[in-house]
Amino acid sequence: MILALRELRRRPGRFATAGVILTLIAVLLMFLGGLLDGLIQASTGAVRAQDADVIVYSDNAQASLARSRIEPEVRETIELLSAVTEVGGLGVVQLGARVPDAGPRDLAGVALFGYELAPTGVPDTPADGEVYADEVLRADGVEAGMELLLGPARSPVTVIGFVSDTSFNGQGALWASPATWRDVLDANRPDARVSGEVFQALVVRGDAEPDDLAAMIDRITAEYHTASATRSLSVPDAVNAIPGVEEQQGTFNQIIGVTIVIALVVIALFFSLITVERAGLYGVLKALGARSSTIFAGLVAQAVVVTLIASSIAAALTIALDAALPPGSLPLAVSADRIITSVLLLLVAAVVGCSFSLRRVLRIDPASAIGSSS
Amino acid sequence: MTIPSPPTAVHFDTALHLEPALHLDDVRKVYPMGDAEVVALASANLTVGSDEMVALVGPSGSGKTTLCSIAGGILSATAGRITVGGQDITGFSDKELTSFRQESVGFVFQAVNLVPFLTARENLIVVDELGRRTGAPARERADQLLEELGLADRAKNLPSQLSGGQRQRVAIGRALMNEPDLVLFDEPTSALDTELGEQVMELIRSEMKSRGTAAIVVTHDERITHFCDRSVHIIDGHLDA
Ligand SMILES: Nc1ncnc2c1ncn2[C@@H]1O[C@H](COP(=O)(O)OP(=O)(O)OP(=O)(O)O)[C@@H](O)[C@H]1O
Ligand SMILES: [Mg+2]
Repeated sequence: MILALRELRRRPGRFATAGVILTLIAVLLMFLGGLLDGLIQASTGAVRAQDADVIVYSDNAQASLARSRIEPEVRETIELLSAVTEVGGLGVVQLGARVPDAGPRDLAGVALFGYELAPTGVPDTPADGEVYADEVLRADGVEAGMELLLGPARSPVTVIGFVSDTSFNGQGALWASPATWRDVLDANRPDARVSGEVFQALVVRGDAEPDDLAAMIDRITAEYHTASATRSLSVPDAVNAIPGVEEQQGTFNQIIGVTIVIALVVIALFFSLITVERAGLYGVLKALGARSSTIFAGLVAQAVVVTLIASSIAAALTIALDAALPPGSLPLAVSADRIITSVLLLLVAAVVGCSFSLRRVLRIDPASAIGSSS
Repeated sequence: MTIPSPPTAVHFDTALHLEPALHLDDVRKVYPMGDAEVVALASANLTVGSDEMVALVGPSGSGKTTLCSIAGGILSATAGRITVGGQDITGFSDKELTSFRQESVGFVFQAVNLVPFLTARENLIVVDELGRRTGAPARERADQLLEELGLADRAKNLPSQLSGGQRQRVAIGRALMNEPDLVLFDEPTSALDTELGEQVMELIRSEMKSRGTAAIVVTHDERITHFCDRSVHIIDGHLDA
């Protein structure tokens, strides 16, 4: 082990190639992970922010707000449940917003929410015509006090403050009163208009376990409103049920998996080459009384150190990249969790990669050290 | 398990019970070669006294390296009994042989196999680091050996910065690091010119004699056998002693 680490110090050049490749792979891994986290964050923020136990969609909506409608009678039925303490309506419409001072074709994609129960980090419902904007919209030039014109009808709303991490479908959210939402929806999406007290979904607070509460709500609505039964989900389930989230996660995790396999192959190849190259040295060490396990531990130590160095450089590069990118240009979310996970995965790849050389190390014959052949 | 070297003053005392450093009893080694077999050692019998230096002389291919490898626990014999410093290593497993090599024998290989990225001093200390580490005593021992071998001022040099004779001396120091019962020198002078070869042999003799350590020195050069206590000849795997 000491021998192996000393070799690393004395001959860093030998490990440079593997180190550089591993650094690039680690950057790729952290970047992909950050992108995945950023994308998921941007598509789930608004649902994640809901300060509630259960989100109620209509049964046929497949957990999509846009497809879901909840009639006032259904809401009344739900409010009758003793386990339900608070119910709030929720609706959204996705539109292009004209930002003052930006070019006429520079539309900022926004998701205007009408809400009754304030999500985490969002103040209580503002007056009609006013909105709280998500911070990501600052990248589009949105500032406090600005009047934004929404959609083809150019419905005006005034930004009175900012909130964070409430994006929806990758678009920055605007948080408004239910009336404002209905007006904007009515003016810009006449096909999707909702009348009176209709919402797209309900957020429900109660004093039962979220899953139990969801089951109770669905049972009672199925019983009393066969035509407009509900499908209720706890907030974490609702986050996962957002259309596209699981697919995104699946795709990215596959790419991340392939990247790890590539790292593993690189390490396996590199260290088996090194082992072949060092067969003579290992023979001598064995003749001097080194156990195979000592030699293999040295190999693993080298792989782990090279991986750790590569990971550190990669983490620094990823953080620098994150800082250098203009905000809002890429949905990159670099987090300590993601970096640590990437490093751990790479370390596993390093150890597994080395293990392909174990057999060769075991097979090296101490007798190869003696005689003129070596 | 190291048998303490006797003080030289009482060495002549025959009443002192001393195990021979090496005892080969009808040792045979056969290498498979395709369908045929090569008999590298045919029923070798050899006893090396506890502080005796034996020259093993024979032509190329006669089985000298094979004999050393078996005596040093690097190679297992096809038949026969091998006892080193009172330890019967005949039935040892690979694992037992590994610790045996670590604790009880020293090797100087035919080709000087120093670790290229370690300094002269580290090449000695590496022996300690491979096994159960002793740390400071090992470092002291390394410094002492380098001093004795005339390498004190070369301690920090890499093998590539040393002459052939200096490298050979580092290899000798490495073989002595674990205070072995028996040191096996496989043609220690073959890569050196006559004068340097004799210097190295002189050094080997004084190191062995001052410690009372037994040694086998393999050579095919009759001129250096006089540095040893006696010579044993080997031809086609047959020992004459
Ligand atoms: N691994 C092996 N497989 C097959 N035959 C071998 C092997 N090693 C040695 N031999 C044979 O065994 C015989 C003895 O070899 P050994 O290496 O002991 O000779 P040596 O006396 O050391 O020769 P040299 O002076 O050339 O080093 C030779 O005929 C050699 O060809
Ligand atoms: Mg030989």
